[in-house]
Amino acid sequence: MARSWQEAVDTGSETPPATASAPEGDGERRGAFSRLRESLSRSRQALAAEISASVTDKLDAEAFERLEEALIMADVGAPTTAEIVGRLEQEVEAGELTGGEAVRERLVTLLSDLATSEQDRIDVRARPAVVMVVGVNGTGKTTTIGKLAWHLRHELGLRVLVAAADTYRAAAIEQLETWAERAEAEIVKGTPGGDAGAVVFDAIGAAEARDADVVIADTAGRLHTHGNLMEELAKVRRVAEGRLDGAPHETLIVIDATTGQNGLRQAQAFADAVDVTGVAITKLDGTAKGGIALAIARELGIPVKLIGVGEGIEDLRPFDASEFASALVDA
Amino acid sequence: MFDQLSDRLQATLSDVRSRGKLTEADVDAAMREIRLALLEADVNFKVVKSFTSAVKERCLGEEVLGSLNPGQQVVKIVNEELAALMGGAGRELALASAGTTVILMAGLQGSGKTTACAKLAKLLAKDGKTVALAACDLQRPAAVEQLVTLGKQAGATVYEQGTERDPVEVAEWAVGQAKAQSKDVLIVDTAGRLHVDEELMAELSRIRKRTKPHDVLLTVDAMTGQDAVNVAERFAEHAEFDGVLMTKLDGDARGGAALSVKAVTGKPILYASTGEKLAELERFHPERMASRILGMGDVMSLIEKAEEVSDTEDAADLERKIRRQQFTLEDFLKQMRQVRKMGPLTNVLGLMPGMGKAMKELRSANMDERELDRLEAIILSMTPAERAKPDLIDGARRKRIAQGSGTTVQAVNQLVKQFGQMRKMMAQLAKGKMPDPQQLMRGMR
Repeated sequence: MARSWQEAVDTGSETPPATASAPEGDGERRGAFSRLRESLSRSRQALAAEISASVTDKLDAEAFERLEEALIMADVGAPTTAEIVGRLEQEVEAGELTGGEAVRERLVTLLSDLATSEQDRIDVRARPAVVMVVGVNGTGKTTTIGKLAWHLRHELGLRVLVAAADTYRAAAIEQLETWAERAEAEIVKGTPGGDAGAVVFDAIGAAEARDADVVIADTAGRLHTHGNLMEELAKVRRVAEGRLDGAPHETLIVIDATTGQNGLRQAQAFADAVDVTGVAITKLDGTAKGGIALAIARELGIPVKLIGVGEGIEDLRPFDASEFASALVDA
Repeated sequence: MFDQLSDRLQATLSDVRSRGKLTEADVDAAMREIRLALLEADVNFKVVKSFTSAVKERCLGEEVLGSLNPGQQVVKIVNEELAALMGGAGRELALASAGTTVILMAGLQGSGKTTACAKLAKLLAKDGKTVALAACDLQRPAAVEQLVTLGKQAGATVYEQGTERDPVEVAEWAVGQAKAQSKDVLIVDTAGRLHVDEELMAELSRIRKRTKPHDVLLTVDAMTGQDAVNVAERFAEHAEFDGVLMTKLDGDARGGAALSVKAVTGKPILYASTGEKLAELERFHPERMASRILGMGDVMSLIEKAEEVSDTEDAADLERKIRRQQFTLEDFLKQMRQVRKMGPLTNVLGLMPGMGKAMKELRSANMDERELDRLEAIILSMTPAERAKPDLIDGARRKRIAQGSGTTVQAVNQLVKQFGQMRKMMAQLAKGKMPDPQQLMRGMR
């Protein structure tokens, strides 16, 4: 079933520490799963309708074309779609798959396989562990940081310190302050317009001094086409590296689920600049299917680790490939 | 990439030997390529379908012109059809003949509404209007503070009442304030909301009814994928928007969402936001968007940007240096950085005179961003004296530079050699002689 936070986050300890809330039992998990399904319900309905229309027992060329259409409309992208539909067609032709139900199950498996990765855990083993959050403008970095901080605290009992290293955008520091308050995390900030690297530097120092477990650094949204801004981001990363061996331990790129194929270019560009270790895909509570996450996983090999499903502080889930795939396909 | 599409099409249509009309088979093959290109550009699947069938009709009817190869011809037709679809009779921003013009801004979370509000304010202020902003995003933490800060930068008054009131009430109050203070324009910022959030869409509808805006603008992020149509349809229903403001066009998203929104709602795109700074808002140009969607680059915007980026004084100074072969590595670094500010390398290089044909050579020579990174690193590892006089660079210095930049002595050698050749070429260019692009490329490798 759904991945728990304990499974999704590598804290370095064998047994999860005492958490601030009740541990997730089976009932909780099912509840979490149905909440996820609810959030994704809008995304799925259109796709599901397409799929059911496609996978009737009549598996003709038209059926596969509709399937292809459904995947394209989910932003999975033409190349990945071609690969998947091609595979399904082959298997049907070879007699390995018969009937709509088999095709549906196989589709879910193929989609799920695409998104599965060995390195799908969030690495916060170091003390302090440094997580850098990057991405283009408006994807939900600051909100995701608030949610992540909250979950690390409430699910895993970790002490979190957030670094307000978005020194560019108007009121970005105040925005993060609000989230830090909601998440009961500490915050280190600099002056607006100040050096982002310096904030990260100070935050790591503060975390060491105050015995915080995790530092999460917010950065300014920036379009990957601006070379100078990407260079600045690389510099911020180097500051973290220089300050603490092994930092940043996790660099998450936040991608908006409504993003089309440009998401691939974004991920590639950020990976080139700062070595991205995971994707957080946000705003899945809309009608966008977030297929771009699958495209990124397949073509760039960057694992998806988190999904955002709303504006509330609890609306963050560990990414689960098979759950994501079946929630996409099932009604 | 520049002309990649017509190259692809030409490859597909390479069998077309006869002059005269394109056959249906030819056109079908071409439409498959077009379809792929449009899907890559994030145009909605269904819009692509109807668009390509309309274009197919036209292609079948047209004569193959002598001057263009069939691939280019198809692209020309597609470009024209796209531009027509994107443009059409778009209406200008409606301004009240008397009293306060109210503009309502709506859109998804993160689409760039707040920044757009401030930009629009600045643009209108430039036209001599008195502008006010209403802070009605009470949902996003510090949204009010953000608008207050931006308002100051834009020279607009900001009406806010904190975050405790109902946004509908605040909006109505702001309109009253604007009228009382005889403001020419009031721009109302609202919270980002999902088109499927019935409660918030109803709230938006209420805001609209209470404020009676002259214009309702939907902000759409240029990188939006297939979902754009769903968003547009629902917002059209509840917000009854009049026009679209596309944001983040300084990225490299092809922007197919623009086409989708226009095709599905018929609403024109009025403005294009091309950066984070408040001045970076311009009227929307349908032909440029059409080229961009097709992957042909936004040529005009790049030219304008290029003109913007070079200071006229610097340009004259540079010209002189080039003519006298006094152009140094320092100058080269500066130029390279200016060029990089403008965006993806190959697009910009394609604009430089004589580069058109040489583009293919260039692409195969792999002068990509990473190459420039290396060159930049090498130059940065040089002392100012070395940059001014590369002849100074002996073996020991080359070693030092190589180490400092994390490259090899060979790479340093190559840069110095290439630079020498380039300097000669540029001097020729400046004197009015057109150097052979082949030679230029060979020198650069």
